[in-house]
Amino acid sequence: MSQPVVSVSRVSKHFDSVTAVEDISFEVAPRSTTALLGGNGAGKTTTLSMLLGLLLPTSGGISIFGVDILRDRYRVLPRLNFSSPYVDLPRRLTVRENLTVYARLYGIIDIKGRIEALSEELQIGRFLGRPYGQLSAGEKTRVALAKALLNEPELMLLDEPTASLDPDTADYVRGMLEAYRQRSGTTILLASHNMSEVERLCDDVIMLRAGRIVDRGTPQQLLARYGRQNMEEVFIDIARERHLEIIPDDKQVLKK
Amino acid sequence: MTVIAHAQTGFLPSLRRISALVLRNLYLLRSSGPRILELMYWPTVQMILWGFITMFLVNHSSWIAQASGVLLSAVLLWDVLFRGQLGVSLVFMEEMWSRNLGHLFVSPLRPFELACTLLTMSLIRTLFGVGGAALIAIPLFHYSIFSLGLPLLAFFVNLLVMGWAIGLLVSGIVLRYGLGAESLAWIAIFAVQPISGVYYPISTLPTWLQYVAAVLPSSHVFEGMRAVLIDHTFRADLLLHAVVLNVIYLTAGFLSFLAFFKNARVRGQLLHVGE
Repeated sequence: MSQPVVSVSRVSKHFDSVTAVEDISFEVAPRSTTALLGGNGAGKTTTLSMLLGLLLPTSGGISIFGVDILRDRYRVLPRLNFSSPYVDLPRRLTVRENLTVYARLYGIIDIKGRIEALSEELQIGRFLGRPYGQLSAGEKTRVALAKALLNEPELMLLDEPTASLDPDTADYVRGMLEAYRQRSGTTILLASHNMSEVERLCDDVIMLRAGRIVDRGTPQQLLARYGRQNMEEVFIDIARERHLEIIPDDKQVLKK
Repeated sequence: MTVIAHAQTGFLPSLRRISALVLRNLYLLRSSGPRILELMYWPTVQMILWGFITMFLVNHSSWIAQASGVLLSAVLLWDVLFRGQLGVSLVFMEEMWSRNLGHLFVSPLRPFELACTLLTMSLIRTLFGVGGAALIAIPLFHYSIFSLGLPLLAFFVNLLVMGWAIGLLVSGIVLRYGLGAESLAWIAIFAVQPISGVYYPISTLPTWLQYVAAVLPSSHVFEGMRAVLIDHTFRADLLLHAVVLNVIYLTAGFLSFLAFFKNARVRGQLLHVGE
């Protein structure tokens, strides 16, 4: 593997007596789409927050593009972006005003041209002049993605990118992300518990449970390993702690 | 990466990011009539109230009769301190109310740049709010605070800086303890009002409280204001005290804000802002 875009080494995060993430290590290859998969409280958002530098780990190291982000995160922040349903944009500002502010924060030269290009790509042109707070959930998601794409990031961190979207809008968002990755070669790390999204978008899946990595592989490898037809069944196996057991002839079977 | 060409480090990029956030706040003000009204409402109401009190006292108090503008000047300058602090805290809380901190701190914005934005917006809001009230006082009570001349600038700057320092501290506390602590933004400054000598000389206070007043930049400013209005002298010694104290206050304000910010990264409060 060429130099990983993201490298997480023995990272733990404790909140007083609560363990959110415990001793996780993984790497993310360039141009890949990797999923952090797990149930509620598995540690997905905590892990993403630490990668973004919004949360400091209790122990361990994180590097992005070879830069230790715990020491020097401002060297890499211009090269990445993110979107999350837990973070909003100012609601009274119009979509254009919001994008203008963030374009300035990222130092984009041709702000007007960039916003026009994104509004065409994401079909947000008709509500550029409307306050963000007046948009529907689907429209807000498109705007959040426009903000996440403003700086043409080399790494996108997406927390539940299609949460609370109707199937049509969710499908549109997935299609847009696929197209963007193919065109730009960006690396995507997303946290999700939407299995169809993971099967469609991801070529690497990291399974989390109770803050620990419990399995990892491509969707195809995981399906074969657990002997399941779809990722939802794999997810349930892992969530309910149906462990793999290795038997002498190297065949893996599930054990309840 | 083809869309970014501006440098990301150094003075000019910092200035660009600060101006981006100032623009964000100007957009917000432009979109909200009540927010603009609020800027001038309280300073104007206070000015009118103390204007009438002055009209009454000028015939019943020899002290007020010496300088009829002393109470109006005091109330307007007090509002510089109050608005200076409130401007910092409110602009910071706007980001918390809009759940925008996560986006901001994943962008190249540095915490000290956010702090500088808060100070800039505080200056704009204070000039608009208190400046408006000061202008209204001219036709209403035939008193212009601008008649103080250059000392007014020194008083204004010192009170504004003290307000900034307290505003940064309050913003840090709200970040640490959540929006449940937001009422601090409106009440914190009033803890220093009785010992700042806004409406009466510091010598009025008990001796032990005068020592406390001596470490407040505001008490030196208001003493200096009375010296100009009543004794017609400019007390450079009082100004020097206020400036030295304000350097300490502002440094402490910045450091506390940055410390609370770091603590928020430890506790995960940038992504989950709430009560």
